Amino acid sequence: MSCISQNVKRVFTGLLIVVSLLFSNSILAADGEAIFKAKCAACHKPIGDLSGPQLKGAKERQAAAGLPADWVYKWVANTTSMVETDPYAKALKAKYGAVMTPFPESQVSKADIDAILDWADKYTPPVPQAAAGGQEEDHSLLYGILTLILAFVIFTLVQVNGSLRKLSDEKDDIRRSEPIPFYRNKSYLMILVLALAALAGYFFMEAAIGTGRQQNYQPEQPIFYSHKVHAGTNQISCLYCHGGAQDSKHANIPSVNICMNCHKGIKEYAKESEALLRADGTPVDGTAEIQKLYKYAGWNADTKTYNPDNNGDGVPDGATEIPWIKIHNLPDHVYFNHSQHVKVGKQQCQTCHGNIQEMPEVYQFSTLSMGWCINCHRTTKVDFYNKADSSGNKFYSIYEKFHNDIKSGKLDSVTVEKIGGTECQKCHY
Amino acid sequence: MNKKYWQSFGELNHTEGFEQANKNEFKEELLPLADLEDKGLLDAKTPRRDFLKYLGFSTAAAAVAASCEIPVRKAVPYLQKPEDLIPGVANYYASTYVNGGDTVPVVVKQRDGRPIKIEGNELSTITKGGTNAQAQASVLDLYDTTRLRHPLQKEGRDFKEVSSFDNFDKLVGDAIAGKQVALLTSTIHSPSTLQIISEFLAKFPGSRHVQYDAVSYHGILSANEACYGKRAIPSYHFDAAKVIVSLGADFLGSWLSPVEFSAQYASNRKIKGEKPEMNRHIQFESMLSLTGSNADDRFVHMPSQTGAVALALLNALAGTAPSFTDKKLNEGIVLAAEKLKAANGEALVVSGSNDVNVQVVVNAINEAIGAGGKTINWSITSNYRNGNDTEFAKLVADINAGTVGALFVYGANPVYNYSDGKKLGEAISKLPVTVSFSATLDETTELCKYIIPSHHWLESWGDAEPKTGYISLQQPTIYPLFKTRYFQTSLLKWAGNPVNYETYFKTYWTGKLAGAYDKALQDGVVEPTAPTVAAGTFNAAKLEEAKAKVAAVKAGAFEIAFYQKVSIGDGNQANNPWLQELPDPISKVTWDNYAVMSPALAKEVIGIDIMGKDQRQSDKYEVTPEKPVVKLTVNGKSLELPVLIVPGNHSKVVSVALGYGRQSADAAKTAEYIGRSANGAGQNAYPLVGFDGTSIIYSAEVKLEKTDKTYPLAQTQVHGFTESRPILHETNLEAYQKNPEEVLKEVNDEREALTLAAGPDGRKDFVKDATIYPDFVKPGIKWGMSIDLNTCTGCSACVVACTAENNVSVVGKMQVQRAHEMHWLRIDRYFTGSVENPDVVFQPMLCQHCDNAPCENVCPVAATNHSSEGLNQMTYNRCIGTRYCANNCPFKVRRFNWLDYTGADSFADNQQPLIGVDMNESVMQMNDDLTRMVLNPDVTVRSRGVIEKCSFCVQRLQDSKLTAKKEQNPALVRNVKTACMQACPTNAISFGNVNDQESDVYKIRNVEQKHRNFYVLEQLHVLPNVSYLAKIRNTERHIGVAEEATAEKA
Repeated sequence: MSCISQNVKRVFTGLLIVVSLLFSNSILAADGEAIFKAKCAACHKPIGDLSGPQLKGAKERQAAAGLPADWVYKWVANTTSMVETDPYAKALKAKYGAVMTPFPESQVSKADIDAILDWADKYTPPVPQAAAGGQEEDHSLLYGILTLILAFVIFTLVQVNGSLRKLSDEKDDIRRSEPIPFYRNKSYLMILVLALAALAGYFFMEAAIGTGRQQNYQPEQPIFYSHKVHAGTNQISCLYCHGGAQDSKHANIPSVNICMNCHKGIKEYAKESEALLRADGTPVDGTAEIQKLYKYAGWNADTKTYNPDNNGDGVPDGATEIPWIKIHNLPDHVYFNHSQHVKVGKQQCQTCHGNIQEMPEVYQFSTLSMGWCINCHRTTKVDFYNKADSSGNKFYSIYEKFHNDIKSGKLDSVTVEKIGGTECQKCHY
Repeated sequence: MNKKYWQSFGELNHTEGFEQANKNEFKEELLPLADLEDKGLLDAKTPRRDFLKYLGFSTAAAAVAASCEIPVRKAVPYLQKPEDLIPGVANYYASTYVNGGDTVPVVVKQRDGRPIKIEGNELSTITKGGTNAQAQASVLDLYDTTRLRHPLQKEGRDFKEVSSFDNFDKLVGDAIAGKQVALLTSTIHSPSTLQIISEFLAKFPGSRHVQYDAVSYHGILSANEACYGKRAIPSYHFDAAKVIVSLGADFLGSWLSPVEFSAQYASNRKIKGEKPEMNRHIQFESMLSLTGSNADDRFVHMPSQTGAVALALLNALAGTAPSFTDKKLNEGIVLAAEKLKAANGEALVVSGSNDVNVQVVVNAINEAIGAGGKTINWSITSNYRNGNDTEFAKLVADINAGTVGALFVYGANPVYNYSDGKKLGEAISKLPVTVSFSATLDETTELCKYIIPSHHWLESWGDAEPKTGYISLQQPTIYPLFKTRYFQTSLLKWAGNPVNYETYFKTYWTGKLAGAYDKALQDGVVEPTAPTVAAGTFNAAKLEEAKAKVAAVKAGAFEIAFYQKVSIGDGNQANNPWLQELPDPISKVTWDNYAVMSPALAKEVIGIDIMGKDQRQSDKYEVTPEKPVVKLTVNGKSLELPVLIVPGNHSKVVSVALGYGRQSADAAKTAEYIGRSANGAGQNAYPLVGFDGTSIIYSAEVKLEKTDKTYPLAQTQVHGFTESRPILHETNLEAYQKNPEEVLKEVNDEREALTLAAGPDGRKDFVKDATIYPDFVKPGIKWGMSIDLNTCTGCSACVVACTAENNVSVVGKMQVQRAHEMHWLRIDRYFTGSVENPDVVFQPMLCQHCDNAPCENVCPVAATNHSSEGLNQMTYNRCIGTRYCANNCPFKVRRFNWLDYTGADSFADNQQPLIGVDMNESVMQMNDDLTRMVLNPDVTVRSRGVIEKCSFCVQRLQDSKLTAKKEQNPALVRNVKTACMQACPTNAISFGNVNDQESDVYKIRNVEQKHRNFYVLEQLHVLPNVSYLAKIRNTERHIGVAEEATAEKA
């Protein structure tokens, strides 16, 4: 099994990240967006500067500077040498602080560069969409009030009925004992007691079932890290930082050196239009938060170097790990594997984690309860192998029975449950 | 033909006590409701108040637990993540298990920076991916809490820390300047280390290197020196031998290189094709060893007769009939000679004796049968043992005389395992300079002045050359846990060479391997491409003298034979609770050694007639753990050990295992210095071992005296009876060749009958119709296992592998006594035939994953149910501990967590009050934060009150499916390796997807071995997913029936 982070060579001096050959092999030459996401997205955006310049209009800027049309090909392949000789390259270095990692033609061909730049030129920012599934309005309050009103009406009517009967009895001269007031009526009291007991039981069970669950848990992290800024505004792929999600059971929180790949260049957060706000509305100084990162990383922002390692522990002096607080916790007797869901199941991160790209601070979106898991396993279809056109995951070709059932029309699709996805020992062992 | 298999004498004789114990199999006193059973709820002694108290406490506890705040958990990523590591994904590194001379090339599973499991290295042509129990368990030694954490210097009776290695170097450097150093080590076959040692010795003129093995092979080494001019042991090719005669060599259990020999041996015991051939294995021994229990024919003799038997065999080959008073032994020798001659050189005779003369005679036998160049290879020698008893005796004399300038001890522990260790210890503590490199404060180390602990092998670079030209490399799989240093670095430093061993090692091997270095590290082994096979040149000069000496050995009235168990071996891993709790394959005893006696000897010595008419007497002996103690006296030294009656020993021989009874000079310190598991486990038998002037002799005349004492033994043998149900099938080779269908005829006929009876409309499907339950399809995968009883030797490597893989708890001796052991996989040992010399069958028994499982139907909370892949699933978080399932399991494989063995409960220290009452200290050893690093993070650590059992290593199955899905390749789930299967040195276990007709297990069941394939208790219609292959023995005897009965028929 190959694993991406073994192959990814993270280069500190560059503006681009070299992604593995494995990746490049699987990318079609003409797919500009895919190549961009695999190789460029860590440092470039189509619109707006990241640690490298925006890619939209790159060819125009090049033409405007009076450079030949093939300049960009030379530049991508030979950044380190050209930055010494070429005046435009020198200017780029001066502006962005560091030099882009060279990509020889074997990794990024001329056709690839054209594809990327064409894609960037045509790029339009996506219109923000509502969360998958949408938020249905919650009518329970309305129903509750209606119920209360109805109950009151019934109560009033019963009382009125009682009074009327009393009146009619008096009229007919039937003598009855004085009716007891409703608050001493045993039937009423019994109904009330039963209702309270049922309610208490309901809340008790809910609380008992919910023990250990922490939906909406939103702890304060050691650094105010905004997924909205990174995954939302800057469109950094989730897997760039959480690469474990496709290889491991853990998605993995990125190590500090991955943060520093970009943050060596990005020193401040100065976007007035998108001020960082905590959940309670207090503003956050983004630049100060980046400074915190530098402290953890042992990076000196003034000299743009790591602190020397004088104490010989293999890391820059003063550098320490970041003690992030874990938000999504499963009990010890649950086995959950991210790669199963991301790589095999091709699930979006948002399915379980919510619209993470819109969260300034992350909170637990789902209940992470067993019922929640099971419901999804019951409805989600697997990428079942279709023998007719060889589409789908070939692993499922061994499920002979389901193939026959699909053929005979007994079954239209195969859910996770069908292949055993709700059995105990899929997650508990 | 009515074969009878028995596990205990009670079962054999149907005694009352046995039947009683059998009935009350699950009898446990359930305080505080113990007496409810008899009186009914209202009359119970347990007062109402108690009930209210428990009710109140549990409600309050639940409320408190529920209202506790959820703790804040941290997720701390690396500062700089190593490139080749993804948290949550295991990495595998090739390395080598080296312990003394024992060498097993392995692959280490490392998860998030911690080695957690040892697997065999399949690239090694020596072991072919096999392992043994000790190699499997050694990963736990890495996390041993008694490991020394920094260098020490002796100060009075205590030790003080030496602050830095530089200071230590100065201390020792000054102390040894100009002195003659005696370097005492176990066998070392690491080429780079040997070079460093010779460089060191050259710097200190007059110094010497003495190799000393706890269990000596001096006899065979010296005999080979005399006969072949080379002090070495040749390579043996058991796979090339059609006839194997072993004269007391336990080559499948403890002799020389059991993993290698097991693989070779089993390759010729696999049944292949229509007219299968097998090797013929004849064993002559005085006690029932693991190897003897696998033999086709086995003959017993006194230890003093070892040489005489060898001599008689040599003479028989020349045509002289043997003349022992024991008729059977004579027959055996004639049989062996006949078979050896007929094999035409494809035969091998090995002897476990350490007597030079016996080994000279054995060499002559091998020459006489022409084994040289065929089954004995002198061009590649085995380097597993190199110790020299004569040199060691000289060193001991020098130490006792105080003429040794400085003593360095590495890998050897003579104060414990030398026969006169106590006296040697006193002398060592008087020496001016003593340095130990031991990782723990063992018996020798605690007497040394300077202690600089070495790394564990899992933390080390290193190399081994177990056979000439076969290199196996070690690479570290974890950063050293403690402030320890390579023994080699110390020698280099003290000899004035500033490089450390890491650099030295790399220079050494890049020099030899050049460009192939990285590949060698990745593979772990470097082996010759075309190994040569050659005979040695035999020199018969010593033969006549040896013959005369062998004939002159005097017999005693009673004799003692010393042996090593497959678990504890020579005792240097005695503090490993996995090994201590591993039941001995024959005796099924854990945590102790004992005096093994045959029923006849027990009757003679302690007056217990286990086979006699008085059943009460034998029940008293057998059903309770308390065993009578006997006093053994050898040459004036005595030892008191409990008597264990096991069939198969010679009727005048008592056998005792070495490797037990580890003890510090101050016995109270044992738990702290040597460890909590070693503390109190058995008695040290090494002091009784004798020395004949040239080599150490592992047998002697013994005086046996009955005492009034008793001592409890924790024996698992009698837990889990089979109610005399037919669970095994076997036959002999001749019968199988004649009609392979005969062996399972009875079973097949019965199935046929059941099938016919199933429906009124005639023949139906046994699986689908012979039941009231519906048949559930397994649409994709159906997991299945096949176990070959023919190649299972009972070595128990699988049991330890299972323990390591699945976080199986250690329960300690007290709990084993109460039948609370937790092993998911056990090896059942059945005796059959005569009590004097029984045949033995080993049957690995694990959850059979029945498709129609009796356990599933009785669970009130559906905690155990069936998966669509044929797994019997156990869900711990659902289990409420009724144990109905365990009661209803016909295979007795379900284990209940009676106590919180793993410390998994949320309250800290709640085991503490149980220590010494219900629980041994060794359980606490497993709960230490350090020891817990060995736990497999993919497997739940079970808490008290739940049932657990074999899961078919479901974590591995799930992982294989995930990989197969990622790579879109269904072939990847065809043959999956469970932990037990991976560990097996003989490939007795196969596992895979039975729905896939290409899978090994499908082919074994339906094509290759269909005549031998049976399911245990198939007539119950539980439809197990584990199948077994009937055992075939290569003998003319009618298997399973007492020899007398055969004689009567004839």
